[in-house]
Amino acid sequence: MKLAKLALGGLLAGGLMASAANVALADGHEKTFRWAFQGTLQTLDPHGLFETFTLGFQRNIYEGLVARDANMEMVGALAESWENINPTTWRFKLRKGVKFHDGSDFTAEDVVFSVDRIRSEGSDMKVVAGLIKEAKVVDDHTVDLITPAPNPIMPLQLEIFYIMDKGWAEKNKATGATNVKGGDEGNFANLNANGTGPFTVESRQSGVKTVLKRNPNYWGNAEIKTNIGTAVFTPIDQDATRVAALISGNVDMAYPIPVQDWQRLKDASGVKPLTGPEARTIFLGFDQLREELTASNIKGKNPFKDVRVRKAFMHAINVEAIKKKVMRGAATPAGLMIAPQINGFKEAMNDRLAYDVDKANALMAEAGYPDGFEVTMDCPNNRYVNDEKICQAAASMLARIKVKVNLLAQPKSKYFGKVLAQNGYDTSFFLLGWTPSTFDAHNPISSLMACRGGEDKLGAFNLGGYCNPKINELAAKIQSETDQGKRQAMIDEAHQIHKDEVGHIPLHQQPLSWGVSEKVDVVQRPDNVFDLRDAVVK
Amino acid sequence: MITFVLQRLIQSIVVMLTVALIAFSLFRYVGDPINNMVGQDTTIEEREELRERLGLNDAFLLQFGRFARNAAVGEFGFSYQHRRPVSELISERLPATLELSLVSAILALVIGIPMGVYTAIRRHGALSHTFMTVSLIGISLPTFLIGILLILFFGVILRWLPTFGRGDVVSLGWWTTGFLTASGLKSLIMPAITLALFQMTLIMRLVRAEMLEVLRTDFVKFGRARGLPDRYIHFIVALKNTLVPVITITGLQLGSIIAFAIITESVFQWPGMGLLFIQAIGEVDIPVMAAYLVLIAFFFVVINLIVDVLYYVVDPRLRVDRAGAGGH
Repeated sequence: MKLAKLALGGLLAGGLMASAANVALADGHEKTFRWAFQGTLQTLDPHGLFETFTLGFQRNIYEGLVARDANMEMVGALAESWENINPTTWRFKLRKGVKFHDGSDFTAEDVVFSVDRIRSEGSDMKVVAGLIKEAKVVDDHTVDLITPAPNPIMPLQLEIFYIMDKGWAEKNKATGATNVKGGDEGNFANLNANGTGPFTVESRQSGVKTVLKRNPNYWGNAEIKTNIGTAVFTPIDQDATRVAALISGNVDMAYPIPVQDWQRLKDASGVKPLTGPEARTIFLGFDQLREELTASNIKGKNPFKDVRVRKAFMHAINVEAIKKKVMRGAATPAGLMIAPQINGFKEAMNDRLAYDVDKANALMAEAGYPDGFEVTMDCPNNRYVNDEKICQAAASMLARIKVKVNLLAQPKSKYFGKVLAQNGYDTSFFLLGWTPSTFDAHNPISSLMACRGGEDKLGAFNLGGYCNPKINELAAKIQSETDQGKRQAMIDEAHQIHKDEVGHIPLHQQPLSWGVSEKVDVVQRPDNVFDLRDAVVK
Repeated sequence: MITFVLQRLIQSIVVMLTVALIAFSLFRYVGDPINNMVGQDTTIEEREELRERLGLNDAFLLQFGRFARNAAVGEFGFSYQHRRPVSELISERLPATLELSLVSAILALVIGIPMGVYTAIRRHGALSHTFMTVSLIGISLPTFLIGILLILFFGVILRWLPTFGRGDVVSLGWWTTGFLTASGLKSLIMPAITLALFQMTLIMRLVRAEMLEVLRTDFVKFGRARGLPDRYIHFIVALKNTLVPVITITGLQLGSIIAFAIITESVFQWPGMGLLFIQAIGEVDIPVMAAYLVLIAFFFVVINLIVDVLYYVVDPRLRVDRAGAGGH
């Protein structure tokens, strides 16, 4: 183990020294870029953790068959083209002449191996594995992925499925994904990487520092904009320290930046805030399943089962005020559960029930609660942008329709531990945020809006248990419909049902909040992924 | 002597077990680690399976028994977050914390003692008043605020010193040191001052109070009567007699410097054990949190033990008292 590490380290170092000179001479990729994020890079294993930051970071080292470019358009990465040769088979033509960092060739075998790897015990990519029934090598540079049912959006869903070299994994006993289980030593791929991407890992100390070096043999070197030769990543947990590091010039980019520090960055010289709408929708939800709420003074019945109460809540909440006061103007009010960047979004449907306290009061009276009621609201306080403040604002707005909200704002670990499935969805009223990992409307329809607990295993994150079986039906059809027009019609239908019944109250899309030095150009993607390919040091 | 040490050892073991139990039971209330370990698209069944595998569904006593048995041999399991052995993570981070603590302790002593002596001798001097005022700030301002103010002034406005991290380090076997590079030394300045400030003012005030006490005693007066030079009286006669409590307190404070490093480390993103602990809390990484608390308790217990034994060796009066009292 130790020896293998040393040997590989030696090899890498040797290779890098030789190649570093090449790079500097040939294409001027000698710039150093330093950036900081609030969390740490948890693993180098591309199949070990399904989490935005980790997968986004790994993109620089590993690649998938397809990728999204700076405009979120689908482009080929390791695959040059793909087509649906029959409803359940996607054929991918692979790029030729691609080499892994250790010099071995990329072939169809590696794709099939990676499919097996995401099925292994320790994998956190089982959702992706579930999309593929079988992977077949057609020839060295062609591979067929067979889906369990027709799946028109499959390539879209494969963006975060990265390919690992079969030979390397076998040599280093890393054929299974890094396990979170406490019993084994993680595995080689947890601390080492061998991808096909534009950067190689030079050193990594988890939670401290990770250094990437430009891969001079990257197939796409001519296509990508970046002129970075060395990239140094440091996690900085404390907001104040991260902002200070950026302003003082100790890092070239830092994110996230607290909304209240934007002005500070604007006033400081040499740095600026970089903001935009994130594809994450923040919403409120209610328990509509239990016969009696677990945290309310109304006994014997559940007021949230009455659509008039849910409508009253929506009328009572002033999203514009939340946007202005809590989010300092940096939010996009939402009427749908998906953001404009998501496939399936329709602007015409993004309207909301108007803010109207009188109407809300009338609806409450009609529903039999003229004097309101009391309910506990679960809210995270370190997960979304200003999450606790949004809940406080909502609580004070609901007080105007005589609903007394007892706010229970907790750190995300406690919050999720309480409201998610493993604790029996213990919540009556909550705030949650969601970015569809596939960037397609099907994901929130099946995870957030469909009835939970059924045979189809949908609705796992439908914390309030909102249920209309028609949505489950539509979810299944949307999954397999290949005609884009029909598919969009079904997505709209599902959204319309959910909207009419106020299954949740969408609030807004929160802002992305990065801080960058004026010495660098970076591209901010709406999924909060930072890609070194698009970063240029001036 | 041997009975005394044995008694202290047994007490230490009891203390360690208690700390381990408290630490371990506290962790049951910090939230569910599963959600931090998996992504949003992980199914409920997979989450349950993971709970089962990690033994989170076992009875409390069973989990604690397993923990204590392994901890006794320095085995704290695998970090949920980093997916590496906790002992390895801690030994990676230990040098950063120890170097920072050591420099801070030396700073505190080297600056604190002379300041204490000076303010005791020139009680009404203008400089003494300045020292006393500054020490009041050091004792009353919270550590994180001092750290942030230093960052703001020397890092952001003047841009003299790096605002975070440890700079470049050199590996000496398993130990990594920042003493051998310019950036390492520069990075050390602000965190070390931040961490040292409180201890420094404490030592200064302690030395001052003790000195004032000793300077009033008869043997100092006799010394003066004999015509000994002032310098000899202040630094040899008086200071020597104030040092016994100072050494004791310093020994104990070394433990708290290591423990208090948590705040300084997180303000400066100093990659030591404290930062590891803070990160572990955020992610509910129970094995790391437990290991850290047990380790810090262990440091305290060991330092206490050494100080107790030293006391016993150094001060003959205690030997007589303790023999009669049987222990503490």
